[in-house]
Amino acid sequence: MEFTDFLWMTCGIFLTLATFSFLYKDNPFYKFAEHLVVGVSAGFFVIILWHNTLVPNLFQKLEDGDWYMLWLNSSEWWYIIPALLGVLMWTRFSKEYSWVSRWPMGLYIGISTGIAIPLEMANRVNKQLHAMMVEIDWANFFGADGFDLLSTTSGLAQLIIFLGTVAGLIYFFFSKEHKGVFGGVAKFGIWILMIGFGASFGYTVMARVSLFINRMQDTKAWGLEAFNANDIANPNYGSQYQIVFWALTLFVVGYIVKEIMQHLKSKNA
Amino acid sequence: MTEKKNIFDKMMTLDRRWVFLFLIVVCVATYAADFSIPINTEQETESIFNFLDSLPPDDIVLIAIDYDPNNLAELHPMTYAVVEHLWRKKVKVIFTSLSQLGPAMADQAIRDISDSLKIDKTYNYNGVEHNFKGREIVNGVDYTFLGYKPYYALIILGMGQDFRLNFPNDYYGTPLDDLPMMQGVINYDQVACVVDLSGGNITDAWISYGQGRFNFPLMLGLTGVMTAQYYPFLGSGQVSGIMGGLLGAAQYEELADNPGRAKDGMRVQLFAHYVIILFIVLGNIGYFMSRRKNLEGGN
Repeated sequence: MEFTDFLWMTCGIFLTLATFSFLYKDNPFYKFAEHLVVGVSAGFFVIILWHNTLVPNLFQKLEDGDWYMLWLNSSEWWYIIPALLGVLMWTRFSKEYSWVSRWPMGLYIGISTGIAIPLEMANRVNKQLHAMMVEIDWANFFGADGFDLLSTTSGLAQLIIFLGTVAGLIYFFFSKEHKGVFGGVAKFGIWILMIGFGASFGYTVMARVSLFINRMQDTKAWGLEAFNANDIANPNYGSQYQIVFWALTLFVVGYIVKEIMQHLKSKNA
Repeated sequence: MTEKKNIFDKMMTLDRRWVFLFLIVVCVATYAADFSIPINTEQETESIFNFLDSLPPDDIVLIAIDYDPNNLAELHPMTYAVVEHLWRKKVKVIFTSLSQLGPAMADQAIRDISDSLKIDKTYNYNGVEHNFKGREIVNGVDYTFLGYKPYYALIILGMGQDFRLNFPNDYYGTPLDDLPMMQGVINYDQVACVVDLSGGNITDAWISYGQGRFNFPLMLGLTGVMTAQYYPFLGSGQVSGIMGGLLGAAQYEELADNPGRAKDGMRVQLFAHYVIILFIVLGNIGYFMSRRKNLEGGN
């Protein structure tokens, strides 16, 4: 790894530590990392949109026209229409003319709704309802291999899905008091919902730990890179790698010591 | 006089930073101790692996890199495992990226995997030894990277008509018609399946506007946070397989005999989960004991 790449890697490690420092308390390093992420993301997004949307979908379409003809002599002049609609969106900044922005918004929402409703109904409602109401597979009630309680296609799983869905819906039916049999089914429904939330929570824990693991892996790679560079056989041989490594390490250790001293001082005061 | 706190009261008022510190220490210690744990593969991941493994050379798979750097930890290992498996089998890949920061993810993965495939390797899976002869991965021959376009639902629908509609050129500016592997490839009809690796609601669009409209086999690689909510689509047959979080990636690495960052992280996951479960149990004991104490005290 070349030294400039190593510096970028060091930058990443510093930002990782700055972000994790929030777990202890809010501090300027965390604030710096937070603002940097927001700023870089916004700037990057604007450039991506410019180069991937406006340039190929508008400017390149109109490039054979002339500006003094308002690009009406372009071979694909009709691209001026969506451009104008886009410009009308900016009227939202004017109190007097903000109503004009409803035209492009109306067109956009109309097209989106027209595309979305049939496909969403078919795929997110009808197919899900159909899947819930399949005939129970009594022959493989406990799983295809005889006994597999984790099987998602067993008759038992189909029955649980059906009963769980009905009970979950009943829990959200508030027009009748949750008492007696109805109340019991609603209670079963909330248990099913809680099991679902529990599964999501478990996966979320795994996701958060995964992020930490990734940062540990990168930190290890960074440390190895710093010391590999000390190997004379390495084409990138040089002590500057270790200087950067120790500078950051000392900085972090120094900050932790400072915080501990400050904490002890405030405790004794 | 203040009432003396017992251990359960202390448990309930424990500063959360001690929990963080304990978890960090356990994670770092487990990561530093170099050992591996067995990975049990699940049907959801096996179905993806088996489908991709059954594809003959020169078939085409569309891989959607629909994630940003914030999901890199979980989804990058999936990309590496799946793409390396496909290229080992000489299956061609079309990459798209419908997430704004996705092209950089895809570009990095393509470069890294191409480098990794230059050397000879032996893989052992399904009880058979597979010898792979290192080779150069060529843009336009082994893969085509279409790049990013906004408004993912419209792009997914557009690709169902013709890839050239939204992507007349690939990510590097070459017209699709000039790429050897794209000759005769018009739309999803020429694609064996779509693998969507996603950290957001682009997956919904792949299900509704992609699989629902064009009926191709759809396989998902999802972040842990998202996984549970997509299981109903597996049951309904709209999705053919799911890789859930780092565990899903580790399972694929295990199946393809290609250990990577996901498998490397699973020992940490195991002990981190032990710690979380321990704190959940302790927290619940503390809660119920202090509630009992309050009830006994008439509060």
